Amino acid sequence: MADDVLRLEQVRKSYNIGRPTETEILHGIDLTLGQGEFVALIGPSGSGKSTLLNIMGLLDRPTSGRLFIEGQETSALDDRALTRLRGRSIGFVFQHHLLITAFTALENVMMPLLVERGFPDDSMKKRALELLTGLGLGQWQHHLANALSGGQQQRVAVARALAMKPALVLADEPTGNLDTKSAEGVFAMMREVNRKSGTSFLIVTHSLEIARGCDRTIELVDGQIVPAGAVPAAA
Amino acid sequence: MNRWMPFEWIAALRFLREGRMQTLFIISGVSVGIAVIVFMSALLTGLQANLTKRVLSAQAHITLQPRDEIARPLRLGGDDLELAIVQMPLQRVRSIDQWQALVRVLQDDPAIVAVSPVAAGSALAVRGDATRAVSIAGIEPDSYFRIVRLPDNIVAGTVRLSSQDIVIGTELARYLGIGVGDRLTLTAGARTSGALTVTAIFDLGNRQVNERYVYVPLRTAQSLLDLIGGVTSIELTITDVYAAETVARRLQPMTGAAAYSWIATNAQFFSAVQAQSLSSAVIRLFVALSVALGIASVLVVSVIQRSKDIGILRAMGTSRGQTLRIFLIQGALIGLVGAVVGSALGAGGLLVFHDHVRQADGSELIPLVLERSLFAAAALLATLTGVLAAMAPALRASRLDPVVAIRG
Repeated sequence: MADDVLRLEQVRKSYNIGRPTETEILHGIDLTLGQGEFVALIGPSGSGKSTLLNIMGLLDRPTSGRLFIEGQETSALDDRALTRLRGRSIGFVFQHHLLITAFTALENVMMPLLVERGFPDDSMKKRALELLTGLGLGQWQHHLANALSGGQQQRVAVARALAMKPALVLADEPTGNLDTKSAEGVFAMMREVNRKSGTSFLIVTHSLEIARGCDRTIELVDGQIVPAGAVPAAA
Repeated sequence: MNRWMPFEWIAALRFLREGRMQTLFIISGVSVGIAVIVFMSALLTGLQANLTKRVLSAQAHITLQPRDEIARPLRLGGDDLELAIVQMPLQRVRSIDQWQALVRVLQDDPAIVAVSPVAAGSALAVRGDATRAVSIAGIEPDSYFRIVRLPDNIVAGTVRLSSQDIVIGTELARYLGIGVGDRLTLTAGARTSGALTVTAIFDLGNRQVNERYVYVPLRTAQSLLDLIGGVTSIELTITDVYAAETVARRLQPMTGAAAYSWIATNAQFFSAVQAQSLSSAVIRLFVALSVALGIASVLVVSVIQRSKDIGILRAMGTSRGQTLRIFLIQGALIGLVGAVVGSALGAGGLLVFHDHVRQADGSELIPLVLERSLFAAAALLATLTGVLAAMAPALRASRLDPVVAIRG
């Protein structure tokens, strides 16, 4: 239990509560993610993957149930504490709108550290440069985000997600907008980071190729986790 | 990134820089608004100061005079009156009782800068066959010149008032055809002064004053007006010219004399100045309002444009407070930069106006009044307006649901 990075107990999520249109999206999710795990979350469109990801990332609150991040129960935390916990413990990689275009690649990677500490310093720059260099983007550090290709932007986004040395990285379709070669490159890079740093990854994907490259696959159908089984064969 | 600059400032500056055309246009708009405010304020200040100076150049801020004599009906006892019709009495030239003691009391009043007793009345100025009705002012030069800056307005001769001297205005000199060193006689009722020597000729910028007023020593006037040892008024200069009415109302019961402020004496002028100030304030208010709405509309658009950035920043751990500050800082910066540019534009416009719009004789029409306090106030006003205008969009940004913002 102590090594669990993420634990969900009977998490439910409903929208339009109390109205005739009330809809429950997640129906009592139990899920555990251990330290260093590299897990894929798959499921058809509308199955509740994004809702579940937002709840796991503390961007949204469950209607009921409990959520633990690194052993800390989150339901009693106020918005400020949730924001702080999210900034320190969770890194995000999004499918769309990867970076903040007003900043360079280096500054984008520094951003979570800057938000946390308030003022820029050399250690932030060093950490960001290490990450960018490690991901083969050292030479692009001073380029504005929108001057980079999609694949490069996504790699910078991964570097940014790792800047705070989070326990967990949540990636929402990180390769969904990339060509096959770039997608393979980004996935391989995340896998390597996972192996080297022990950071846990939970990747939402529609790609069975990617799912097969993960340690474990969680399948979500109609707001419920399908019991563990074989991953369907690629179409 | 500057290491001394906090995250919110860095983000605010980058957002403004990235949307540089939008930023440039709104700063231009704010600058024009501030330029109008600075230009109008300075112009009006100069204009009103000039007008007030002209009005006060030949008169005291407050004049104390004996109360009017009133006729009281004869009472038979109880509420019965002997006569039903009471005729208004004639107002004689009278002295203020105990004026020397009153002067000492007034000199100790912190609101009063200068006190001068005056013996004033009407007379005829006679030079050969020519006569002219004049108002005599018998003065003590040392104290009186602190109230009416006569020596600053002398166009010929030097102000010297010994017992046989007189100072007259340019118009009177022209009517009587006399100059410095010439003599004239004053006649008041049955009394006539000896020949008085014109020592100086003044121009107080007012044709009537230059024609009607003559200055003689206090004793000469007292003798001529049959007012031995007395004065008809005590004239005062106070620290705040616009508080004259309040001070006059305070002095009236204290002194027992009737107190007239320059504001009451020039009621039409003062109400015109007030109307001018009010209309100017209304115009400035609407300009400031349009500046505020301009800033607000640009920032509202910016929040919409940057909603995904805001979502990502919130996902990274940016608090609602930090998000709020990013947009408030943008509003403040737009206001401040607009104020600096607008102040420079306004000051430049004033300089051009001052240099090119002159009176027929080439002298300045309106004095150039460029006070630091005006620019400081403009900067403060614009920055505050920027912050207030940014409040609604900043609150909107801080309340954005990161999930919705990221999804777009």
